[in-house]
Amino acid sequence: MKMLINVAENVVADALRGIAAAHPELVVDVEKRLIVRRGAPFEGKVGLVSGGGSGHEPLHGGFVGRGMLDAACPGEVFTSPVPDQMVRAAAAVDSGAGVLFIVKNYTGDVLNFQMAAELAEDEGVQVATVLVNDDVAVIDSTYTAGRRGTGATLFVEKIAGAAAEEGAPLDRVAALARQVNEASRTFGVALSACSTPAKGGPTFDLPEGELELGVGIHGEPGRERRAMMTSGEIADVSVEAVVSDLRPDRPVLVLVNGMGGTPLLELYGFNAEVQRALAERKVAVARTLVGNYVTSLDMAGASVTICQVDEELLRLYDAPVATPGLRWGI
Amino acid sequence: MNATPDSEAPVDAAFVRRWLAAATDAVERDAAHLTELDSPIGDADHGTNMRRGFLAARTAVEQEQPQTPGAVLVLVGRTLISTVGGASGPLYGTLMRRAGKELGEEQAVPADRLRDALRAGVDGVAQLGGAAPGDKTMLDALVPALEALSGALDGGEDLARALAAAAAAAREGAQATTPLRARKGRASYLGERSIGHQDPGATSSALLVAAFADTAREGA
Repeated sequence: MKMLINVAENVVADALRGIAAAHPELVVDVEKRLIVRRGAPFEGKVGLVSGGGSGHEPLHGGFVGRGMLDAACPGEVFTSPVPDQMVRAAAAVDSGAGVLFIVKNYTGDVLNFQMAAELAEDEGVQVATVLVNDDVAVIDSTYTAGRRGTGATLFVEKIAGAAAEEGAPLDRVAALARQVNEASRTFGVALSACSTPAKGGPTFDLPEGELELGVGIHGEPGRERRAMMTSGEIADVSVEAVVSDLRPDRPVLVLVNGMGGTPLLELYGFNAEVQRALAERKVAVARTLVGNYVTSLDMAGASVTICQVDEELLRLYDAPVATPGLRWGI
Repeated sequence: MNATPDSEAPVDAAFVRRWLAAATDAVERDAAHLTELDSPIGDADHGTNMRRGFLAARTAVEQEQPQTPGAVLVLVGRTLISTVGGASGPLYGTLMRRAGKELGEEQAVPADRLRDALRAGVDGVAQLGGAAPGDKTMLDALVPALEALSGALDGGEDLARALAAAAAAAREGAQATTPLRARKGRASYLGERSIGHQDPGATSSALLVAAFADTAREGA
């Protein structure tokens, strides 16, 4: 498969050099694999650090900036970063107010962040960790590594980031992050497999005329394969999955997220069906975000995330943010 | 250097360095196969990550020249944690680091001390990953290998023969993961559909145990 790259080994470094050139407001260390908000650490502010495999852009590096993350640690494609990166990131953003690690629930991310938290605390940094596990497609949590962290990561990073920007202490920022995660559910579908640079082609075989329901964001196949459905049918399945699991009784934030290979035209059409499906289930929508935010390389498909909010969470969601991937209110 | 290995205490720094060379060669040779196994039930990067980690570990050991078997293993473990990423980095890193620490600072140790060290390493993997044999993970190769090694040593076999038995048990253990349903790691999300695929982590574990057997056979 044709890709716009030089050599597969260098895709992450090349992208980091490109991010550095486009965003002077970020400090990018290509060799150490770090993206840090320029000016960090900020006096009295809790530092927010996230990270994960590359291939999900703009997550996480694109969410570094005012009102969101202080640093991001990109790993190799679909491979969690290593502890050295998070330890270095924590040291770079800790003002003395402590650091929050935002970790998607994938075994590799969990283990590497866990090791990093121990090492950073040895160096005198106070670390709290919040695990994002919003993916309802994982039904049998007892016999798996648990629900995966997907679209809700954006809401967690946005709302916790806004609280940290206002000067909330570490335990408050961590509690808000957990509250957002617990109030969020996601369901994703793939219309095609994605292709990793290392493999040079699709990571699994998804025939024409079929779709994969309940996918994560690492190119892994989902739980169930069905004959291709219409946008409206996919919206019904996705919305039913998240609403029946969360049972919201307050308004929700909605993220209709593209996986990377689906045009915005299709995503907006899908959003219309998602809003219809939510209305049919009497779920009130407070805010909607449509776009490619938590991607899976070139995978075609989408995910639907809902997050139940109170006035405080909605206020923090609406607070100003200035990052490469998310920007409003500035 | 130890041109003639001490038959009472055959495991010295040179032994572990030879193992690292054999393991790195094996990982290089089989990287594409490991990645292929990781495609249907993972994310198609296990070979690439292991190759990067072992090449870095070999370089680190060449540069720092650790002088005891324990120090070599600790350095390998630390390097794997810093370079592999994913779940494999912390898990294999912990395996090597724990084993190295268990060996302490002695210049050379007998076979049963290597076994105790590997047991400490495997316990560390089980603890960190929260997995048990049968979950379709590295442990499905490592635990049978440890049992075979232990049984052979208790039965009076020398290190080379005991490690050969361990290598065979690890290979069989890895092959026996094919019909299992994954319960840990990324493959677990496939549920029933993880059945019918050999586990890449168990396969790379079997490679590393086989490299121990090759090292002991060539040194004997």
